Amino acid sequence: MIQISPHAESALTCTLDERSLYLRRLVLGSVRSAGRGHVGPALSLIEMVRVLYDDVLRIDPKNPRDPNRDRAILSKGHGCLALYALLADRGFFPLSELDGFCGPDSILGGHPEYGMVPGVEASTGALGHGLSIGVGLALAARMRERSYRTFVLLGDGEINEGSVWEAAMGAAKHGLDNLVALIDYNKLQSYGPTDYVLPLEPLADKWRSFGFAVQEVNGHDVSALRTVLKQVPAVAGKPTAVICHTVKGKGLPAAESNADWHHKNKLTDSELDAIRVAVGDF
Amino acid sequence: MRNTAMNMVHKLAARDERVLYIGSDPGAGTLRAMSKEFPKRHLIEGISEAHIIGMSAGLAMEGFVPYVNTIATFLTRRCYEQVAVDLCLHNLPVRLIANGGGLVYAPLGPTHQAIEDIAIMRALPNMTVICPCDADEAARMMERTLDWKGPIYIRLGKGGDAVVSKAEHGFEIGKAILMRSPGDVLMVTTGIMLQRALTAADLLAAQGIRSGILHMHTVKPLDTEALLQAIRGTRLVATLEEHVPSGGLGSAVAETLIDKLGSGLPAMLRLSLPDRFMHNYGSQDSLLKKHGLSANAIATSIEHALAASRTSAPQLHST
Ligand SMILES: Cc1ncc(C[n+]2csc(CCOP(=O)(O)OP(=O)(O)O)c2C)c(N)n1
Repeated sequence: MIQISPHAESALTCTLDERSLYLRRLVLGSVRSAGRGHVGPALSLIEMVRVLYDDVLRIDPKNPRDPNRDRAILSKGHGCLALYALLADRGFFPLSELDGFCGPDSILGGHPEYGMVPGVEASTGALGHGLSIGVGLALAARMRERSYRTFVLLGDGEINEGSVWEAAMGAAKHGLDNLVALIDYNKLQSYGPTDYVLPLEPLADKWRSFGFAVQEVNGHDVSALRTVLKQVPAVAGKPTAVICHTVKGKGLPAAESNADWHHKNKLTDSELDAIRVAVGDF
Repeated sequence: MRNTAMNMVHKLAARDERVLYIGSDPGAGTLRAMSKEFPKRHLIEGISEAHIIGMSAGLAMEGFVPYVNTIATFLTRRCYEQVAVDLCLHNLPVRLIANGGGLVYAPLGPTHQAIEDIAIMRALPNMTVICPCDADEAARMMERTLDWKGPIYIRLGKGGDAVVSKAEHGFEIGKAILMRSPGDVLMVTTGIMLQRALTAADLLAAQGIRSGILHMHTVKPLDTEALLQAIRGTRLVATLEEHVPSGGLGSAVAETLIDKLGSGLPAMLRLSLPDRFMHNYGSQDSLLKKHGLSANAIATSIEHALAASRTSAPQLHST
């Protein structure tokens, strides 16, 4: 019998502060304008992305190609609405771009594109690519004696892909302690529960046995995330995996842990009302 | 050809600190000298092609020029999405050195025979596809890869292929080499089909048939100008390739002629492998022979096609 992590329980019950609600309003505003979007996958990511961009990444929105900037790759590219909200809020591009999401001339597509969106380090959308790219970036930092760090955000369903585990072995081989994999462990993928589709447990042991230093955290607890992410590498000489226990759709009762909210088309009036109740007027 | 290409990676690495060698699990001692001289730039990353392509993309984003090397089928089929997305979509300078293009691994069967690699690599935006014909050309080609902007797929032959390329022809990516001036027929070749075309041309000459040969070492971007120039006055354009009929050199030439000429197309003969997996072993040479790609069979096919075209198609674009 697999124990439910206490972090998973607190992820379900913890409340969200005003900044987290504000970021959700930005995400849901994009969905409302576009009449589509991956809602659940973005809402489970928000605090992870927020803490990275607010508190952890050494980046300058005015100089997005600074060679010494920390690199972050959203390997689960379909969660891009969370990333777009943060990048816009941090000034990588105007907030007004968010309304154009998926529009014919928008820079913001349904998956993030390198070269189109300032601050996006790699084009993703096909799952299972980001960690390998991250290994390359981290290895390059080592070879070039640069101090930047590389953070890769992965979905839990995404790590069904064998390429992720190839990359994990590669990261461990090179002892890339400048590389951090954050796993958005919301226990749901597209069809349904990860436990049903392809069980991942014991997940922390898997990463550990692949040579990573592993941390587990409630992925909606901003201060806990800060503490963990400010202490990377967790172990010198090893890449770090941070298993973030999250709730898909976090913050919207109707969407929470509900596979039907993986991707949403047009939001109905009653859904919009419920959203206002949950996250505030937008 | 393979040893030469490998040694060139070492040579380029000595000259340029951006150059990396990345192998999956190559033969023992591959680039041993380079591994001694530049241990940090000689990377052996395991039988994990999908990962290796992604990792090379990351390294290329940071200014390195990775030369990734393994068997052609694994460098194309196994990690096609990584090649498409990580390399081509990002347009990164990663070089894929594919061992055993075509039927080089004939004895090892269909898993190791790269018969559609040109088609699937050529289909990708931003990808360049090069098939050198011999070791000397491979060396000149490798020189040119250093500063080429996007990704390159390099289809290597077996090694020990007769050296027919000439230093005075030089090598420019995307510039075809006219090996023999156009005659009744123009053979367009890539890779080691050039050697066969040269022999076939001699056989045809004995029959009084003059053959031109255009060596299209770069299949993408195809040298349209050289092709249009070379077909002038010929009665037949014959393409020769160690590849299935769809999507390779023959297709590229046909597409180009259709796009550029529209009407008044030359008579064409596409000589290739059949559209099926090979279930015979033996050698590259024996399989090519079995499928009508020996010099003799090429000459005979051209003779027949010329005879047929004499009765049907008009002479083209006579100057
Ligand atoms: C290689 C690949 N296969 C399939 C898909 C389609 N797809 C998009 S999201 C998704 C589920 C991903 O689940 P998970 O990684 O758990 O992220 P979540 O949606 O739970 O945030 C799938 C199958 C894809 N984008 N890429």
